[in-house]
Amino acid sequence: MNGAGWRERWRDYWRPREIIDTSPVVADEVKPTTCYMCAGRCGIKVHLKNGSIRYIEGNKAHPVNRGVICGKGAAGIMQHYSPAKLRKPLLRVGERGSGEFREIEWDEALATGVEWLSRIRADDPKKLAFFTGRDQSQSLTGFWATQFGTPNFAAHGGFCSVNMAAAGMYTLGGSFWEFGEPDWEHAKLVLMFGVAEDHDSNPIKIHLSAMKRRGAKSISINPVRTGYSAIADEWIGIRPGTDGLLALSLVHELLRTDRIDLDYLARYTNAAWLVIQAPGEAEDGLFARDGDGNPLVLDRRGNPANALAADAALRMIGEARLADGRKATPVFQLIAERYLEAQYAPEAVAATCGVPAARIRDLAAELGHVAFDEAIELAVPWTDWAGRRHETMLGRPVGMHAMRGISAHSNGFQTCRALHLLQLLLGTIDVPGGWRYKAPHPKPCPPGPKPAGKPGQVEAGKPLGGAPLGYPMGPDDLIVDTEGNPQRIDKAFSWEAPIAAHGLMHMVVHNAWVGDPYKIDTLFMYMANMAWNSAMNTAETMRMLTDKEPDGSYKIPRIIYSDAFYSEMVAYADLILPDTTYLERWDAISILDRPIGSPNGPCDSIRQPVLAPDRDVRPFQDVLIELGARLGLPAFVNPDGAPRYPGGYRDYLTYHERAPGVGPLAGWRGQDGASHGKGAPNPDQLQRYIDNGCFWKLELAPEQRYFKHANRAYLENAVALGLIGNPEPIVLQLYVEPLQRFRLAGQGHGAVQPPERLRARIATHFDPLPIWYPPFEGARVDTEAFPLNAVTQRPMPMYHSWHSHNAWLRQIFGANRLFINRVTANSLGLQDDDWVWVSSHSGRIKAQLKLMDGVNPQTVWTWNAIGKRSGAWNLGQGSPEFSRGFLLNHLIAETLPGDAAAAEGNADPITGQAAWYDLRVRVERAPVEEAAESAPHFAPLARPPSLIRVPEILRYGNQFR
Amino acid sequence: MTDLPIPAPGGKKLGLVIDLDVCVGCHACATACKEWNSGGHSAPLPDFSPYGEGAWGVWFNRVHSFEEGDGVGARTVHFPRSCLHCEDAACVTVCPTGASYKRAEDGIVLVNAEICIGCKLCSWACPYGAREFDEDAGVMKKCTLCIDRIYNDNLVEDERVPACVMVCPTSARHFGDLGDPNSAVAEMVAVRGGKDLMPELGYRPVNKYLPPRHLHGENLAAAAAAAAVRRPEPAAAAGAGDNRLLRWVDRLLSR
Repeated sequence: MNGAGWRERWRDYWRPREIIDTSPVVADEVKPTTCYMCAGRCGIKVHLKNGSIRYIEGNKAHPVNRGVICGKGAAGIMQHYSPAKLRKPLLRVGERGSGEFREIEWDEALATGVEWLSRIRADDPKKLAFFTGRDQSQSLTGFWATQFGTPNFAAHGGFCSVNMAAAGMYTLGGSFWEFGEPDWEHAKLVLMFGVAEDHDSNPIKIHLSAMKRRGAKSISINPVRTGYSAIADEWIGIRPGTDGLLALSLVHELLRTDRIDLDYLARYTNAAWLVIQAPGEAEDGLFARDGDGNPLVLDRRGNPANALAADAALRMIGEARLADGRKATPVFQLIAERYLEAQYAPEAVAATCGVPAARIRDLAAELGHVAFDEAIELAVPWTDWAGRRHETMLGRPVGMHAMRGISAHSNGFQTCRALHLLQLLLGTIDVPGGWRYKAPHPKPCPPGPKPAGKPGQVEAGKPLGGAPLGYPMGPDDLIVDTEGNPQRIDKAFSWEAPIAAHGLMHMVVHNAWVGDPYKIDTLFMYMANMAWNSAMNTAETMRMLTDKEPDGSYKIPRIIYSDAFYSEMVAYADLILPDTTYLERWDAISILDRPIGSPNGPCDSIRQPVLAPDRDVRPFQDVLIELGARLGLPAFVNPDGAPRYPGGYRDYLTYHERAPGVGPLAGWRGQDGASHGKGAPNPDQLQRYIDNGCFWKLELAPEQRYFKHANRAYLENAVALGLIGNPEPIVLQLYVEPLQRFRLAGQGHGAVQPPERLRARIATHFDPLPIWYPPFEGARVDTEAFPLNAVTQRPMPMYHSWHSHNAWLRQIFGANRLFINRVTANSLGLQDDDWVWVSSHSGRIKAQLKLMDGVNPQTVWTWNAIGKRSGAWNLGQGSPEFSRGFLLNHLIAETLPGDAAAAEGNADPITGQAAWYDLRVRVERAPVEEAAESAPHFAPLARPPSLIRVPEILRYGNQFR
Repeated sequence: MTDLPIPAPGGKKLGLVIDLDVCVGCHACATACKEWNSGGHSAPLPDFSPYGEGAWGVWFNRVHSFEEGDGVGARTVHFPRSCLHCEDAACVTVCPTGASYKRAEDGIVLVNAEICIGCKLCSWACPYGAREFDEDAGVMKKCTLCIDRIYNDNLVEDERVPACVMVCPTSARHFGDLGDPNSAVAEMVAVRGGKDLMPELGYRPVNKYLPPRHLHGENLAAAAAAAAVRRPEPAAAAGAGDNRLLRWVDRLLSR
């Protein structure tokens, strides 16, 4: 038989060519909006076909993600069509925590809310605690709280990254992540500290890869070698909580080897400012000032002179004799004296950090080498604040980025300050190749405004006398009464957390339950899973939410909650206001809050409804505005009492003015849309955003792109745009005087005094120059009993608890393991897949082990928020999130071990940031007879009436065939 | 049992080049692939028990993470895995019905669902585990290289690439004609020493993997050597206490 001929005939007979439509129409409509699968705010284009989502892609024109999309963003379809979506307002009928509700109409829901809230407002507005989670409408929610009159408002920053935000704002007038980023384009070396696979999601990925392609180098300093650390050119597996000590050792080395940019320090920082040296006196450690309040420097002849004068000649070393006879020393001299001390030498810190001394010395040498020997110069002339023209822009190409691994420690504020000190000594702030501000930053430094909420600023039936969150400049700005007692339910801006710039959401449930500093009436929350992964001490938090007074009433009398999904927190609320998905509402990434600004110019953005809700839910922002109108909050009603924004958030975004010409969105203002930054409301503004892909971006001229803190053209432009109030240069604060004011109070000076139990805590930690101290928990517990650090990371394809109900993402991470160093495990007799009990001073959990090499030997870690409460999120029985997933939160206490009566918060003593990365544990093999499942477990939550039944097979996409 | 096409001289070999040097394991390629293909040529890509125990679904692209090496030279590798569109594709030759086939014009390996009998021989034959059986429809499915994107006149030209390539945040994925030595992807493979996956099996995969450029250990050694050269030891620094400040005393600076 002729084989070939037979085969061909056979093939042609059996295999008619498959007809493939290689050019299908992919969508009948494409709508741009902004992603919300994490806080990264990437631009997306949603492709719709026959009324459902065909696919979601990145918007190539968008300044944040430039067309890419991440593992979460591309799974947005499954978020939108999730069966965990709430479908109708709910009123609790069973016990709190049971999940038993009845459905109600919106009229009843709103009337109920108004009844509860109006009584509070008429009586004592602070009895409302309004806290929002990872929502991006804080310029609205904060404004609403102010109008309501309660100081008890904050979002999730207190357990996220307030340490970084506050340290940055007091030092630089900007901060890592949201208010600044490495100069990815020009940096030759980028250091990443504690970047736990999280923010800034896509930009970091885009730029790390581009850096590698052009031969630049990245070094990741992180206890765990995954994600970004995996592709870093070098990985330094530091012990958690010791980054600040490493940074100060690098400072030591740079000073020792004289690898510092003294000219930069003189021009742009307070390095030469004179600090009063009068130990024991009330002004010790404050800046020496002249009669007009100007800080002073040592001039050419060694006399005090105005530090703010242009061309002031100044010295960095020396001693001044002030007019009143007191001595004063330049900041730089204090820095040099302190950090040249042997305690910061690499040999002295190596064991604590888990980084060899030689490695530290080499890293310092490399920093100095790149900053000074490989300096770059952009041929871009610019003019500084004093009118002096510079022909080029000199750059020190060392960029830095830091994130949660720095922030979530009790030494996080000072650690972040240490990183900024390092950046400043190298002269790398807002220079080519260094670290750049994202507009609208830099802001004046130290920052403003101050928080409101003092006694007298809270009045029945009236708005609060200012915004509830702000930046205290000293003890006088604390929100305390004359006895020094906290006035906010979270005790923010009290002696327990003086610079709590983002509030302390993590303390609200605890304090409201105790009734300390007072009882509240209603806890109103949005998008914050406080009954599960957003709380420390989760089991106790659930108990507090359900605990009752002797008369049978709940200790926290009322809880209103808004969420789009059946999260654990829903079961613990009394009234549920179901929210939409991110594809069903208007939203603004507002210039008044935390916009998507880029180093090359200000940007902000919106979400638009891409689809109409198919169930009886409303966007939370619309609901809040309607509640505001029904409550008669002044800014939400017209003089005749009619709602000021009858079209809800859409109207608010368009017509609200915070100051004349300044609204939530900066683009296309003015009646004709020709103004940017400031301008009258433009009725077509939102359409202009949509036409532009739902974002606004203003490119700064090249001469304005660096040295923004001292760049005349930039500063004047920023004033014109309404980003800052005046064009004065922003002097970067190596030495932070407001911290010294608190410290002086701790030492007994001044009228506003800390309580005795906190006096030493204040006096020790409010050092105006960066310090390092061991994380509190490790310093308080028996480290032989709890020898290991325990931290979490967020997996790149998941974001907190948001994604366990996402049919695709939960296939990637349906259960988490406890990762441990192989050598450490071997020494403990533990093996891969072992079930272990993990104990801390306050609790224990059971988890399954996974051995790895790329983790610091003294550290165990896991993925964050994978474990779920049975019954939540509309997941079926036996789901791995319940049976094998687990939370570390159960091991983390709100307070430090010790005397319960005088309990100190498990928090940074400066900002109150939750110190959930301070956790210390021990790991022991679970008895083999125990079930192979995680612990603890809680009774399954009931299923609310309206949740849809989940399909056994999901055939998404069949409709497009 | 099914023939591979006789390669045309100069014929296209479309495929992917995946750069392991920059892959951070974010799974964007995996979910973007799932998203596009759920509604695309092979729609749907079903998910079984999607909200319960034992959830699993059809994915054309999966990412694996593992560690490699020991000590300072060790690294974490993120490894995306999908059909390699082999030149000697055993999954094709093993197919009893001709459903599994390799296109002559561009080398893409596809399954004709109309005549697939779901016998799974191809998935047994594929050493890369790249085939995905749709139990719901009873047919085998797999990466199509987004055949409904790459020739799609309804997309703008620069979007006519597979979904995984379009989304990759680290640009770790590249698409092109590996049969054309002048193509960008072929040059990338030549310059970076692109590798076949398990070449010893002889299936001649079209897709290539670019190896990580550096190991941490090598870099550390290089950095240490460079640091030794650049580490300055200024004389003034040797002093103790206040003497160390002397070198800055006479520095007169201006604001």
